[in-house]
Amino acid sequence: MTPWMSKIALSLAAPLLAFVAAGLATTLVLLGAGDNPADFWRTILSWPENRNLVNILNYSAILYLSGLAAAIGFRMNLFNIGVEGQYRVATFAAAVFASQALLPGALNTLAAVVVAMATGALWAGIAGLLRVTRGVSEVISTIMLNAIAVALVAYLLRKVGSREGQAIVTDPIPESSWVPNIPLFSDSVTTFFGLGLLAVVAGVAFSVVLNRTRFGFNLRATGQAEAAAVASGVDVKKMVLYSMLLSGAVAGLIGMPQLFGASHQYGSTIQTGIGFTGIAVALLGRNNPWGIAAGALIFAYLTEQANPLGILAGISPDIIAVTQGVVVLSVVIAYEVVRRYRVKLEQQEVAQALFGEREPQEASR
Amino acid sequence: MSVVVQRGSVAAAAPPPEGRHTARFRLWMWFPLVLIVISATRVVTGADDISSAGTLRAALLAAIPIALAGLGGLWSERAGVVNIGLEGMMILGTLGAGYYTYHFGVWVGLLGAIAFGAVGGILHAVATVVFGVDHIVSGVAINIIAAGVASFLAEAFFKDLEGGGPTQSPGLDKPPTITIPGVADASADLAGRDWFLLSDLAALVNALTENLSVFTLLALALVFGTGWLLWRTSFGLRLRACGESPTAAETLGVNVYRYKFLAVVASGMLSGVAGAYLTVVASSGYQNGSTGGRGFIGLAAMIFGNWRPGGLLTGSLLFGYTDAARLRSGGESVHALLLIVCVGLLAAAIWQLKKRSFVMATASLGIAGLGLLWYFSTDVIPGDFTEMAPYVTTLLVLALFSQRLRMPAADGLRYRRGEAG
Repeated sequence: MTPWMSKIALSLAAPLLAFVAAGLATTLVLLGAGDNPADFWRTILSWPENRNLVNILNYSAILYLSGLAAAIGFRMNLFNIGVEGQYRVATFAAAVFASQALLPGALNTLAAVVVAMATGALWAGIAGLLRVTRGVSEVISTIMLNAIAVALVAYLLRKVGSREGQAIVTDPIPESSWVPNIPLFSDSVTTFFGLGLLAVVAGVAFSVVLNRTRFGFNLRATGQAEAAAVASGVDVKKMVLYSMLLSGAVAGLIGMPQLFGASHQYGSTIQTGIGFTGIAVALLGRNNPWGIAAGALIFAYLTEQANPLGILAGISPDIIAVTQGVVVLSVVIAYEVVRRYRVKLEQQEVAQALFGEREPQEASR
Repeated sequence: MSVVVQRGSVAAAAPPPEGRHTARFRLWMWFPLVLIVISATRVVTGADDISSAGTLRAALLAAIPIALAGLGGLWSERAGVVNIGLEGMMILGTLGAGYYTYHFGVWVGLLGAIAFGAVGGILHAVATVVFGVDHIVSGVAINIIAAGVASFLAEAFFKDLEGGGPTQSPGLDKPPTITIPGVADASADLAGRDWFLLSDLAALVNALTENLSVFTLLALALVFGTGWLLWRTSFGLRLRACGESPTAAETLGVNVYRYKFLAVVASGMLSGVAGAYLTVVASSGYQNGSTGGRGFIGLAAMIFGNWRPGGLLTGSLLFGYTDAARLRSGGESVHALLLIVCVGLLAAAIWQLKKRSFVMATASLGIAGLGLLWYFSTDVIPGDFTEMAPYVTTLLVLALFSQRLRMPAADGLRYRRGEAG
C-alpha cells in the first residue's frame, strides 16, 4: 500500500470501527431484551421522508450549536458541562425580552438574540470566574449551575409567566418579530427554522476565530501545551474566562431557532437535554467544525429515525441512546487505537530507514 | 530536576500524619457546634422541623446514596481515574436492583445492582485504563449509554408486570430494619418536648435507633471499611500511590493497570449499591430518572470532603440534610437555614478579615447582608429556591474552601506503562 493510501485508510478506520462497535452493542442489547434486531435496522436504515429530512436538519442545526459551545471549552481542556443550564437560562431571558416588544420587528429579534448570548455568557462566566479566582473545577461548578438554572427558571417562569392549560408560559413574542421558516420541500408540512442558519454562521465564525486569529491560536496552544503557552506569554486565567464566556454565548444561541421559528414563547415545549447531547456531538466530531457537523447530523438522524420504532417494530425508541453513547465511546477508543498503531508504524519506518534491512534495534531509553 | 520531582512526589504521597489527626479531631469538634447552632436556630425561629426526628431520618435517607456514590468516586479518583460516570453507573444500579429484587428478593437484588454497576465500571476502566481515553469523555459517554440502556430495559423488564409500567417497576420488598426497643421510645418522647439541645440530640438518637434500614448500616460500614482499607493497609497504599504518582508506583513493582482497573470496577460496584439503596430503601421501586443527578452530587460531596471518606460522609450528610429540610415543611425550614448560612458567612468574613484577605471578607459580608435582608423581609422561601439549596451550598463551599482541597496528584492524567524515567 502506498503511504497516502494507508493514511486515508487509517483516518477512516476509526469512525468505521466505532460504528461497527455501536451497531454490535445495540444488536446485543436488543437480543438481550428479546427484540428483533432486523426490525430495528430496517426502520433505522430506511430513507427518511421529506418531512423527516427537515426535522433532521432542524435538530442537527440545534445540536451543532450545542456541540460548538462545548467544543470551544474542550479545545482548551476546559470541560463546560454546563451548556445545558446556559441555554436554558438564555432561552428564557430571550423569550421574556422579546415578548416585551421594546423594539420594532426584526430589531427586536436581533436584540433578543444578543440578550440570549449575553445571558448564556453570564451563566457560564460564573463558572469561569470561580475557576480563575478560586480554583473551583469547572466540571463541578457547571454541574451545580445546571441544577440551579432549572430551579431558577422554574421560579422566574412562575413569576412572569401566565397559565395556559396545564403549563405555565411566558407572553408570546409579537408576530412581527418571528423569523419565517424556510420551506425546503413543497410536499413537506415541516419547514426549516430561519434561525437554523445561525448554525452556519457560528460554524464559520468558530473556524475563523480558532484558526485565523491570535485568540484562537492562544486558545489551542493553552489546550495542547499549557506550559508552552504560558512561556510564550499567554495569560491562561484570562483565556479560561474568555473561552468560558464565548462558550456560554454560543450556548445561548441553541434555543433561538425554535423560539423564533416554532414555539414563540418559553414554556414546556422547550426541548431539554440538548446541552448534554451537544457534549457527545462535540466529542464525536473531535471538536472540529466539520466533524461536529457530521456528528450533529448523525445524532439527529438516529433520533428522528428512532421515533417510529415503537409503532413499526414494537421497540422502545430509547434504544437509540445506547447506539449514540456507544458511538461516542468507541470513536474515542478507536482513535486512540489507530493513533497507537500509527505511532508504531512510524517507528518501524524510522527504524527501517536508519538500519536498512538489518533487524530494527530497540531504541535505548 | 530529578530531586525536585522526587521531593514533590514524596510530599504528595505521604501527607504528614499529624495533619490527619488534627483533621479528624476537628471533624468531631464540629459536631456539638453544629448541634448547638441548629438547636439555637430552632428555638429562635420556631421552625421545629429543622431538627425533628423525621427530618433527620429523611436526611439520612437522602445522604446515603450520595455518600455511596461519593465513595465510588473516592475509590476511582484515589487510583487516579476521574469518574464522572458515577451517575450512569448508579442508574445501572437502580435497574439491577429493580429487576433482581422483584424476582429474587432484597439480597439478590443488591448483588444484581452491584453487578450492573460493575458493568459500568468495567466499561469505564477499559476505556480509561486500557485505552487511555480522556476520563471525562468516557464518563460522559457512560452516562448517556446507561440512561439509554436503563430506560430501554426497564420497558422490557417491567412493562408486562402487574403494578409495573414502561418506566417503573412494581412495588418492591424493603430490606429489614432495626429498632432498638426502649431507646427508640424514650428518645421519641424526649424529642417531642422541645427542650433546647436535649430534644435535638434525642431526635438524632431516635432517627438512628428506630426503623434503621440494614442497608444504611451496610453503607456506613462501607464508608469506614474504605477508610481502613485505603489508608491502613498496604493494598490501600499501593492503590493511592497509583493516584499520586503511578510512575513511582511502577518503579516499586506495583501493577498500576491492575490497581486502577480494580479501583474503577469497585467504583462502579459502589455506585450500584447507591442505586440499590435509592431503589429499595429511599423509594418503593425502580423509576426512570430516579437518580436525578445524585451521582454528580456524590462527586461534589467527595470533593467537598477533600477526597477522604470522613469528609465525603460529612458532605453527603450536609447535602442530604438540605434536601430533607426542603421536603419537610420546606419553605419554613430553609428559611431558618438561611439564617444559619448568613451567620456562618459573617463568621467567615471575620475570619477572612483576620487573615487580611479583604476581597473575600467583603464578598462574604456582602452575601451575608443580602441573605439577612432576604431573611427579614420574608417568612418562607419559595419551593424553587429550596430546591437550589444543595447546589448553592456546594458552590459556596467550593468557592470559599477550594484552596484547602488537594486532589490526588495524578488524578485524571493518562498513564501508560513503561513511560517512567
